[in-house]
Amino acid sequence: MTEKSNTLNIEVHHVTRIEGHGNIVVRAKDGVVEKVEWQVPEAPRFFEAMVRGRSWEDIQTIVSRICGICSVSHSLAAIKAIENAMGIQVSQQTDRLRILSHYAEYMESHILHAGYLVAPDLLGQKSVVPLAASHPDLVKTVIGLHRLGNEWMELLAGRMTHPVTFKPGGFSSLPSEAQLRDLQQRLVAGLPELEKLAQAVLSLADRLPAFTRDTEYIGLVDGQSYTFYHGAIGSTDGKETVPVRQFESVVNEYVSPQSTAKWAKWHRDSYAVGALARFNLNAAYLRPQAAKAAKAFGLKPKNCNPYFNTVAQLVESFQIVEHALEIIDAVLAAGVKSETPKVAPKAGEGTGAVEAPRGTLFHRYAFDEKGICLKANLCIPTNQNHANIQKDFEAFVPQIISRDPQEVRLLLEMLVRAYDPCVSCSTHFLDVKFV
Amino acid sequence: MSNPRVAIFDFACCEGCQLQVVNLEEDILSLIALVDPVEWREAMSDHSDSYDIAIIEGSITRPEDVDRLKTIRERAKILIALGACATMGGINKLKNNFDLKEVRQAVYGAAAGMAHLNTEPTRALDEIVKVDFKVHGCPIDNRELGAIIRCLIMGKTPVIPTYPVCVECKKNEVVCRYEFNEICLGPVTRAGCGARCPSRGFWCFGCRGYAEEPNVAAASDVMDHYGKTVEDLKSRLTLFVGQQEFPP
Repeated sequence: MTEKSNTLNIEVHHVTRIEGHGNIVVRAKDGVVEKVEWQVPEAPRFFEAMVRGRSWEDIQTIVSRICGICSVSHSLAAIKAIENAMGIQVSQQTDRLRILSHYAEYMESHILHAGYLVAPDLLGQKSVVPLAASHPDLVKTVIGLHRLGNEWMELLAGRMTHPVTFKPGGFSSLPSEAQLRDLQQRLVAGLPELEKLAQAVLSLADRLPAFTRDTEYIGLVDGQSYTFYHGAIGSTDGKETVPVRQFESVVNEYVSPQSTAKWAKWHRDSYAVGALARFNLNAAYLRPQAAKAAKAFGLKPKNCNPYFNTVAQLVESFQIVEHALEIIDAVLAAGVKSETPKVAPKAGEGTGAVEAPRGTLFHRYAFDEKGICLKANLCIPTNQNHANIQKDFEAFVPQIISRDPQEVRLLLEMLVRAYDPCVSCSTHFLDVKFV
Repeated sequence: MSNPRVAIFDFACCEGCQLQVVNLEEDILSLIALVDPVEWREAMSDHSDSYDIAIIEGSITRPEDVDRLKTIRERAKILIALGACATMGGINKLKNNFDLKEVRQAVYGAAAGMAHLNTEPTRALDEIVKVDFKVHGCPIDNRELGAIIRCLIMGKTPVIPTYPVCVECKKNEVVCRYEFNEICLGPVTRAGCGARCPSRGFWCFGCRGYAEEPNVAAASDVMDHYGKTVEDLKSRLTLFVGQQEFPP
């Protein structure tokens, strides 16, 4: 970064503490902003091309590798799409256990983001490493919750990253009732730890910049719950919902005149997905402790401060634990039944959507009669957020341009981090622009 | 003796193996006491050009990646390849089975000709530079990574299993996936994962690469016994350990 007389140049090459690679470029002269760009130089990996010719049985194993942090979401979206394409119905037990597995990923991912990636900014540090010495209790709480999320995932999905138990039609192995009871106890014990983390963040909440920009928020809605797994596509801009099989009519990829990056828009030039979007759409259905946490932070729908995405993640962490306890009760009440997925492949095209921790994730595949994949189209949350990050930059930079360049840089890095971008995921679909 | 300076880097990958480092949970704190972490973009804002051990996740898919990898190799005394993408190209190598022009067209459509979307056949790190140690798997087993780092610090050579996954299935008393009429890569895949997937009712898809000396005759007998063919096995082998031909 350089500062010459009244010229400001900020170039952050590879923003740190995010998943994947992104750059920030700001140029200003005499207090007038000349250029503001959020750029993505991640190496593309071409998953949509790679799955062609592969068997329906191997799809989730492949696409799980799109992202190490949201591998459960990618696997589930793929399996839902395969089941949709082949007309496969799953049992209520499978549905409940999938949602329970999905929540494990939320716990791991939200705690990772709030505790390891964002907390250092709020405490003026470059990483969580120095916090181990300066804030040992906080770090211990974060690690404990992160471990809980991972052990939860290991029990249901077979391991911490890249699930092995998920199959079209059901699970390859099931947890025992005793294991579920044990998980339930550990989740109950986790709630006070979550409360400690929420209190710690709350005590630092005044360090979250007070920036707002009226934004359209998009996510799954079902009109009766704070859904992460079922439902249709809803928007804060309108009451109509769109079935997931028509997701292309929502994401509307387009090329902006000022950038070659493909962006997404529905009712406006950009929209946001993720925890804050889900909160803005579904806050009415939060469980008691989650609602209480939101109230403590003064978080109310519709909140348009992107920095509060991290707060919404904390609220969701309560929500998933509270709902998980209910799911386990229901599964135990019905008794865990041994089920072997028996599926015969069939030709067809199908779509699946889930809320990944970073926002709505869409997968679509077409198969021939032997179940060989002919075509794939995947639409990723971070891809849907890139345009909105750019629009936030354009609105925020003129407001802060007279501040110290180091501070401008930090505020913009924090803004990118607030979206919890998952750039490895998103770049398979992006047209990328280099400086 | 000062602690070795460790830097973690990534190329084309899902960053899931770096996540396994975070997933060491409390054990990270004891590892940090043994090493001096100087750069790790995913978790730290610090940067350094001076390090003893470079840990690299991801495979090489672009010309600019080759230059960056060579620079890291020059600076590091020890280079560790972290995970299947780095050790053998991993899932990213599936792309090498296609005409790469067509691959770009399929994903990016009309924009496929743009220079920054250039892609080359996927390569593992040791196809470009010398790799001192490989941490296998997709994702890696973080306990194995911890053991390898501790061995290096103590000047010992880490011992990685050379036998196939079937050995671990037998040890765990896991019913063979072939009994369920499935194609499992256990007979030819390097062990060390504890047969994690077959133990949870899923076939091995070969993420740790070929066992050093796979018993090909025995694998062939298994295929015959269960009415499967080598072609069946190959169809799944290309997921992680396929010996794809590079297009000219």
